[in-house]
Amino acid sequence: MTTQESPRSHAIDMSSVLRGVGDHEPQQTCIEVKNLNLFYGTKQALHGINMSMPKKRVTAYIGPSGCGKSTLLRCINRMNDLVDSARIEGEILVNGENIYDKSVNVAALRRQVGMVFQKPNPFPKSIFENVAYGLRIQGINDKRTLEETVEKALRGAALWDEMKDRLNDNALGMSGGQQQRLVIARAIAIEPEVLLLDEPASALDPISTLKVEELINELKEKYTIVIVTHNMQQAARVSDYTAFMYMGELIEMGNTSELFTNPKKKQTEDYITGRYG
Amino acid sequence: MIKAWFKSGEPWVWVNAAAVSTCLIMVIGVLGLLVVRGIGHFWPTSVAEFTYQQDDGTTQKIIGEKIDTSVMPLIMARESGFKMADSEDHLIQYQLKTGNRDVTAVDFRWIEERKIQHMEYPQELLVVERREWGNFYGRLVAVKSGGQVVASGEQALPMAQEKIANALEIFKQISHLEKKEIGSINYALERLRLKQRKLELKNALDATAKQAIVAEKAEYDVQYKQYQAQLAELYKKVRSDSLVLKTESDAEQTIPLAKIVRVYQPNTMNVFQKLGHYGVKFIEFLTDDPREANTEGGIFPAIFGTVMMVMLMAIIVTPFGVIAAVYLREYAKQGFVTRLIRIAVNNLAGVPSVVYGVFGLGFFVYILGGNIDQLFFPESAPAPVFGTPGMLWASITLALLTLPVVIVSTEEGLARIPKAIREGSLALGATKLETLWRTVLPMASPAMMTGLILAVARAAGEVAPLMLVGVVKLAPTLPLDGNFPFVHLDRKFMHLGFHIYDVGFQSPNVEAARPLVYATSLLLVLVIVGLNLAAILIRNNLREKYRALEG
Repeated sequence: MTTQESPRSHAIDMSSVLRGVGDHEPQQTCIEVKNLNLFYGTKQALHGINMSMPKKRVTAYIGPSGCGKSTLLRCINRMNDLVDSARIEGEILVNGENIYDKSVNVAALRRQVGMVFQKPNPFPKSIFENVAYGLRIQGINDKRTLEETVEKALRGAALWDEMKDRLNDNALGMSGGQQQRLVIARAIAIEPEVLLLDEPASALDPISTLKVEELINELKEKYTIVIVTHNMQQAARVSDYTAFMYMGELIEMGNTSELFTNPKKKQTEDYITGRYG
Repeated sequence: MIKAWFKSGEPWVWVNAAAVSTCLIMVIGVLGLLVVRGIGHFWPTSVAEFTYQQDDGTTQKIIGEKIDTSVMPLIMARESGFKMADSEDHLIQYQLKTGNRDVTAVDFRWIEERKIQHMEYPQELLVVERREWGNFYGRLVAVKSGGQVVASGEQALPMAQEKIANALEIFKQISHLEKKEIGSINYALERLRLKQRKLELKNALDATAKQAIVAEKAEYDVQYKQYQAQLAELYKKVRSDSLVLKTESDAEQTIPLAKIVRVYQPNTMNVFQKLGHYGVKFIEFLTDDPREANTEGGIFPAIFGTVMMVMLMAIIVTPFGVIAAVYLREYAKQGFVTRLIRIAVNNLAGVPSVVYGVFGLGFFVYILGGNIDQLFFPESAPAPVFGTPGMLWASITLALLTLPVVIVSTEEGLARIPKAIREGSLALGATKLETLWRTVLPMASPAMMTGLILAVARAAGEVAPLMLVGVVKLAPTLPLDGNFPFVHLDRKFMHLGFHIYDVGFQSPNVEAARPLVYATSLLLVLVIVGLNLAAILIRNNLREKYRALEG
């Protein structure tokens, strides 16, 4: 700890990170964070974050508790708007559009950037209605369309076979793991481009965790996924890219296998080898 | 030793248990008193005949129901002015309900036990329940029809029963005619008059309109005359008959059949007959209009008024309270001002209810109602429509009174909805309004119902403000009837709480009305319990549906 350099001196060159990573196709950037500062009142929670996340890949944020990874994630669909004291500087571009622009419709943005939370939070409604919620919000009430979409979403979340006979049961009667997959189904039912997963497996047992991880692997074919996790093994298993954050700063970001096997920064190495955090 | 006992927490448990027991005992005591005093009222008591020694040595017969007993110690009795021998150590007195108010001017009297020479329960004693003057106790002598004796002796009673049954049937027809048919004609005539006046005010009363109105009026008049004729016919039928009875002092008394509700011989009745009698009386109590300055008959209009007023109040208070709570909790910026508003709302709950009554009278009735009358009902001036106390203003006043309760519990309910649920909805692209409407409000609905339950409990028991804004001791019409527009919120109404006050303290015959006070109180409690139970059932249903909060 004593020998480390001040993290503020680092600027990460994203182009080098993204080039030639994973497969050989050129990577298209989906989300780009530019010089993002976030303040809770007078306290700064995020310091000058710059990063970009490629399309249809899984990016994981790791770091010790309170390092700002969830905060950053919640910036991407403007969930921090709900916090009265939060103030944001900088830009986040989703498909080239600044989501903090005044003209942006936040509800439309959130339809484009879905989110799944740490604790499963199904609504106290039937399974069907949970999945159909987002559609109904959009004014889609046609029964056939709803049924088709719900089935597709449940299949997408690997829940259909378990739940197809229980669609009218209350979602609160499901197990934790099922609930979390239901919440994922609910999120993908409105076909977003980006899925933000905020520690989606931290409240689940190992088997459910495994299922969610498998699901993430399948989902990345269609969605750009950003996942926050404090479980490094999980990050290593599911993500293509990993960003390590510490004290509100982005310390290092890179190809997951590279970051875990050959971290460039001392802090990263300390963290992944378990020396702190 | 004691210290250790205190430390063990045992005394605390005892104190808690004692507090709970005290509450329980008080509740059971209240209910028990009401049940015992109220329910017994309809039970036909045996009627006794006493041979009673007067102060001057002569004896007198007294007929009456024994109602109460008092035992007075010697000293007290002497101080009260009774002549007591030294051998007596206490004085026993009985309270009798002697009835026959028209003959003796009193319904009740106290007699001393030591002066009773003889007491028996003669089979032939008859109790006559009358529409006026209270009960009559005596012996049936004869039945008269058109001034002629048609039955006497043994045949008199069956004949009387038969005639009374007929008379009651006719009275049913009469009240139907008077209330329904003639009532609606009067109502229509009144509307016609208002229509005419309205046209006059607008200067639009031309010849054709006038003619139409006159024609319509003539039509109603014809109908009215028909009904009047029918009524006269019916009245003639019942008025021709009468019963001749003998009082305790053998004076003969003729009671027209039209004045009689029922006759019975309590001393011949067995338990089942008494039970039947009891049932009939009880149903009458629940479903009939009051008679005799509210001391006899039923209290249906009061039950109806109470329930309708409370429901109306609930309909008014719920949206207001919920909307206010949603604004305070969800939209308003939490800060000094919202804190101030919350304090104000909480304090509003502590304002004495009569103050609300004054406000309701001053603001709702006179200002709001007066202006409504000026704007919308100029034709009925100078008679007020909404500018006078009535159902609507009473409900609104009570809604105002109970608003804080609904706001506070709804706010608490909203605060208890997990943030995760709101975020889940927002993350799916719902706006704040959609989130509120589709998820938060349904989940907070049990809390709203809790607020409503408290509101109903408070509103149903409130009397003081109602006396100012719409309750009367006797309302001729219900606020809901068959005349268009069916719901008449401008009408005054009767209320159980006020009825208790009126019967108990304002009636000319307090003694006779006392059991009725208990019975009415019991009913009021039952009505409130019923309303509450309904609300609680709904809430439990909602809780079951949205039980996410528990998990």
